[in-house]
Amino acid sequence: MNDTLGLKAKLGLNVFKPNEHRHIAIKPGMEKDPRLKRTVLVCPAGLYTVAPDNTVELTVDGCLECGTCLIACGIDVLDWDYPPGGTGVQYRFG
Amino acid sequence: MIVVGGGLAGLAAAYTLARHGLEVLVLERGDYAGAKSLTGGRMYINPIRDLFPELWPKAPFERPIVREGVMIMAAESSLSLNYTGAELASEPFQSYSVLRAKFDRWFAREAERQGASIVTKTRVDDVIIQDGQVCGVRAGGEELRADVVIACDGVLSLIAKKAGLREPGGPKDYAVGVKEVIELDAGLIEERFGLEESEGAACLFMGAVTKGIFGGGFLYTNKNSLSLGIVVGIEDLMSSESATSVPALLEDFKQRAEIARLIKGGTTVEYGAHVIPEGGLASLTGLYGSGILVAGDAAGFSLNIGITVRGMEYAMASGYYAAKTVLKAREKNDYSAQMLSSYQVMLNESFVMKDFHSFKNAPSALNNPRLYAHYPELINDIMADLYEVPAGPKERLYPTVKKHLNWREMLAMAGDMRKVMKL
Repeated sequence: MNDTLGLKAKLGLNVFKPNEHRHIAIKPGMEKDPRLKRTVLVCPAGLYTVAPDNTVELTVDGCLECGTCLIACGIDVLDWDYPPGGTGVQYRFG
Repeated sequence: MIVVGGGLAGLAAAYTLARHGLEVLVLERGDYAGAKSLTGGRMYINPIRDLFPELWPKAPFERPIVREGVMIMAAESSLSLNYTGAELASEPFQSYSVLRAKFDRWFAREAERQGASIVTKTRVDDVIIQDGQVCGVRAGGEELRADVVIACDGVLSLIAKKAGLREPGGPKDYAVGVKEVIELDAGLIEERFGLEESEGAACLFMGAVTKGIFGGGFLYTNKNSLSLGIVVGIEDLMSSESATSVPALLEDFKQRAEIARLIKGGTTVEYGAHVIPEGGLASLTGLYGSGILVAGDAAGFSLNIGITVRGMEYAMASGYYAAKTVLKAREKNDYSAQMLSSYQVMLNESFVMKDFHSFKNAPSALNNPRLYAHYPELINDIMADLYEVPAGPKERLYPTVKKHLNWREMLAMAGDMRKVMKL
């Protein structure tokens, strides 16, 4: 059903081409940055989570490559690049 | 010539260059042009009709938009306005809903037909700069040389930043849009939106849809699907008290009764997200340098004036003018920044920069929390009272409205009006 579709299931509808490369990484020592904590809310794919020890964790599976986290946090907090060519999300509708 | 990015700006540039016989290579990181493109959903044709006259008759649009709607949402009520007009419902149509994976792939084929080369699955990693002049790019470990690089790599503008033309932007200059494509039978779409066969509708939503945050919702009808989504300002979202996430905002929006009945029976087939430049004129910097031009979202060409949100026409037009600039530079075999500055002149003389100048106050006028929280509630409260027939006697209409508009409210309204009048 449409309205009970969780975010994970919603991302599962998309075509993703996997790659080994983690194209976004939190810079060492920045895991508790306040900007990162707000990114938990703004990432459309919900890829940022706060761990019990108050550090922010990131998984890049399901990344929509929109760049919201980069805009929110800046290059001081994140190492950010697009995934290698021919990988990542491939929109069929867009 | 190298074009970075096979979106609308890049393809418009490549198409135009190839049409004039130039050798042009488009580097696209997706599996195909359009694989990384996402729109809310609507393209306005009038401003760019004459730039690509031969393209429009065969363009794979979804539906012409013949019905415009606005819904002002309060927490538990909403007020709708619908506009239809003969000028919207007849050819040439002013705007069309569009799905970019389909549109861009088609546009890429048209560019190839003109002689452009499009190489997909290739991410550009860097620009090559020699003696202060951009003279190519690095991609997949290879160096590719060109007289000019046209950076059409999208809103994050990584190429222009690597070329030293732009600084990283902050959260206040960008919004994020999320969208679901929801498949729905064409007949049902026409029935629910009051459309004739193949006609389309658009609706914008403001107020409770973003929980009072700068932004709004949108809905466009495609041939066999709906594009439903929301756009919210990144800075506002980061500083908002209500700890609502972007995905949750969209879910709540879908569950509103007004929306649920429109998408009922539909199947979500894709979920996408995209960042949108919202900085307006003030953030349009670094459009050209020695050996490089910047077009489309990468240049910041997107304009939200509340009632319309536009980007794709600016992308196609800026790509076109970038190509025209290159053609002019080629006559003199001079690709210096000074020569390429004619890009700025062409844009200034076109609707692109004229629009950005006309609406230079739009970002500040629209960045007013009262527009997204207070007014939607106020207008819906007034409507509720006007329509109410109580058990006892009904109050006169004028005092009914007046009690919502005390002097404090009127004063605040006048202040907001002064800002809105700059639009």
